[in-house]
Amino acid sequence: MSTIALLVITGLALGALYFLIASGLSLIWGLMRVLNFAHGAFFTVASYCAFIAAAALPAGGPWLHFLFAVAVGVGVGGVFAALTEVVLVRPLYERHVGQVLVTVGLALATTALVQGGFGADPRQLELPVWLTGTTTIFAAIPNSRLLTIAAAALVLVLLRFFLQRTRYGLIVRAGVENRAMVSALGIDVQRAFTLVFAIGGMAAGLAGVLAGAYYGTIDPFRGTAMLLFAFIVVVIGGLGSVTGSAVAAVIVGLLQQFLNFYAAAGTGDFAVVVLLAVVLLRRPGGLFGSAT
Amino acid sequence: MTNEPLLDVRELDVFIGESHILQNVSFAVREGGITGLLGRNGVGKTTTLRGILGLVRRTGSVRLAGEELTRLPVHEVVRRGVGYVPEDRDVFAGLTVAENLRLAERGSAPPRYDLVYELFPELRERAAQKAGTLSGGQQQMVSLARALLVPDNRILLIDEPTKGLSPLYVKNVADALQRAAMVATILLVEQNFGVASRLVGDAIVLDQGRVVFRGTIATLSADPELARQHLGLATAGHA
Amino acid sequence: MRPPIRAIAVAVVLAILVALPWAHVSLPGVFGDPLGSPGTLNLLGLCFVFGALALTYDLVFGYTGLLSFGHALYFASGVYVTAIALVRWHWDLPHAIALTVVVSLLLPIVLGSICLRVRDIPFAMVTLAFAQAASILVLQNPGGLTGGEEGLPLGAESLPAALVGVVNTRNLYWLALALLLVTYAVGWWAVNSPPGRVWQAIRENERRVEVLGLDPYRYKLGAFVLSGFLASAAGVVYLLLQGGASPTVATADFTLALLVMVVLGGVGTLWGAVLGGVVYEYLDFRLVALSGAPAIQALPGILRVPLSEPLFILGVLFIVLVLFVPGGLAGFVRLVAVRAL
Repeated sequence: MSTIALLVITGLALGALYFLIASGLSLIWGLMRVLNFAHGAFFTVASYCAFIAAAALPAGGPWLHFLFAVAVGVGVGGVFAALTEVVLVRPLYERHVGQVLVTVGLALATTALVQGGFGADPRQLELPVWLTGTTTIFAAIPNSRLLTIAAAALVLVLLRFFLQRTRYGLIVRAGVENRAMVSALGIDVQRAFTLVFAIGGMAAGLAGVLAGAYYGTIDPFRGTAMLLFAFIVVVIGGLGSVTGSAVAAVIVGLLQQFLNFYAAAGTGDFAVVVLLAVVLLRRPGGLFGSAT
Repeated sequence: MTNEPLLDVRELDVFIGESHILQNVSFAVREGGITGLLGRNGVGKTTTLRGILGLVRRTGSVRLAGEELTRLPVHEVVRRGVGYVPEDRDVFAGLTVAENLRLAERGSAPPRYDLVYELFPELRERAAQKAGTLSGGQQQMVSLARALLVPDNRILLIDEPTKGLSPLYVKNVADALQRAAMVATILLVEQNFGVASRLVGDAIVLDQGRVVFRGTIATLSADPELARQHLGLATAGHA
Repeated sequence: MRPPIRAIAVAVVLAILVALPWAHVSLPGVFGDPLGSPGTLNLLGLCFVFGALALTYDLVFGYTGLLSFGHALYFASGVYVTAIALVRWHWDLPHAIALTVVVSLLLPIVLGSICLRVRDIPFAMVTLAFAQAASILVLQNPGGLTGGEEGLPLGAESLPAALVGVVNTRNLYWLALALLLVTYAVGWWAVNSPPGRVWQAIRENERRVEVLGLDPYRYKLGAFVLSGFLASAAGVVYLLLQGGASPTVATADFTLALLVMVVLGGVGTLWGAVLGGVVYEYLDFRLVALSGAPAIQALPGILRVPLSEPLFILGVLFIVLVLFVPGGLAGFVRLVAVRAL
């Protein structure tokens, strides 16, 4: 029983991280038709800036440092993403392959830069004691996992609020369906592009910080590794659907954890990939996407 | 004031791939009333409207009340007071009726919900319904309402609003257009000559991407040869 | 007068390349060792292999317009199937290659027939998924076959004498050159053949191809299989040059590197792709060596760090190319050539 509880929480926590990355990817794809490979770079850069800045804080206890790291991570993620959109993606408007390529280039360059500057090895982090400890619910559950799940749930609620109840959310939802018609109603869709990139970047930045708490370390490659699974989550969930990403993230996280544990290590990852192929061949639009 | 046309299109050329869809199209739309843009299937009427807005790449000049539109991005063209009702309605299926309308709100003056609900009472009843679940006729109402909602819209580009609709909805739409013509100028693309001849004052006829007639609907209806040649009609001047 | 001059120039370049192992010339800065030395020959051999590989990717991406993120898979299959046959099953080289030939035809047929059921981004994602699955499989080391993270080094006993030892690097060099030439010839023949023209038509407008009564699926599958097969061949030569198989060739990063190579060189031009592959591999190799140079080491951290990472330079170069020179190196060269002549 305790094993199952641990697996479930770990699966949900992993899924939570995937969701944080995937939600932004999904909106960016849905609205702009851009496959943003640089999303992993947002994650990585945000996590490094966050924890280095936090470590540089002169005073304050571990919790202040951690909350500061969260704030920096979210901020850096958002700003980096917005800059990427304005400087790299926007000039290539309507050149979809070019937009994908430019994000690939950014991802390569960023990972290399971080690796060069801080080394390829994982960097140990100083975290509040609670985060490194556990709470007993059927088993000793690491608190970082609980925090990650709670944070992702909060982000899901905030995103849904944004999409359903704000004007820009309305614009994004309409734009995901038919960008040209939104322009034809006199709305500047470009601003929504930057906004969506920024939101995605903030969520990815948050994921970067939480992943640091989850693993206890940060390294230059985790962003790219998680990005792959986040892509899979986006496609399974349905391009452009935040709810779809949430559902798919839970499925993927749980599947991965359970199979990696009960079957050989790596089987879970393998199964996720097979799941992607199966979903794509039956429903190319993903579980929550349109049929095309 | 009365001499300057509201919309002045000059030498509009549109290429799609290698096809020269519109060739040197020039016409003027006077302020007030409904001007018809007529012609058979596939002659470039829809492309003309899209070219005015900038939804397709074009060369030439498009002036609205003297201001050149061709250098502006689509949303800026629309903001100058151009309403668009596309051929396939293009309502946002995942949004409710109310949300579809709300998205269209813009400009300094308050949106004309009373006009819209007077013309299309069904929209008020179905405000919370997802637009994708509406019938064709109801979607057309949403599409028209979006353009009528905005008092800033001086000209409405309306593309085949009666296509595929039941006779009841055709009548609804025709009535709405006549009412709309009291508050805005309308450039109406219509393939159905019967509907067109009832609603339209001035008429421009396209054939194979070129303008072949500029005048009034009365002149067009009275000349069976013209009607047959450019509109493919056996007889002219029928309702 | 242009064509004869071009042919002569090409012939001269080829003659130089073939004769290279006997050259005792040094090009300091360009290569660390003299031209005929094993070190340089090995690097050049790798450059040729990547040139050939980039060309195979150009066939499927540049000419047919299929954004496949799983092309590395076929290259890796060439590397690993041969390696496994040689090292684990102790086959001799001809038999190992025969097996690889069979696999490298079957694999793209099977995977292609699944992946090509969808298009565009879903297609890209399925190809990525399969490549990722293969990557995981390789690392899992099922039955000890693949050697997991450590890979499979080739022992001297696995290979014919002519291909073993530093002295025989020149043989491997010529083998790689032959691979590049054959791949180029096959590619050239393919894109200029009727199916090749259909590929390009598919890239432009798939619907129109359907309207013309042709079945795009069959042509896409053809492009997929041919490019996959050629990529496997490149994998075999790569295995011989490297002296072993390592799991990096199966990673998603590797396919992205292929993408970079083709875009770098110029999408949709055969020699451009080759150039992209050659330049990429050269830069990847040399930039690491250069970054150790005293001049770079003396720079302040903020300059030294980026310049020491070849992938950073390649990434930035890539971004610049995509933004400002979409035609890649080939486009750039053509521009310069047009101006000069």
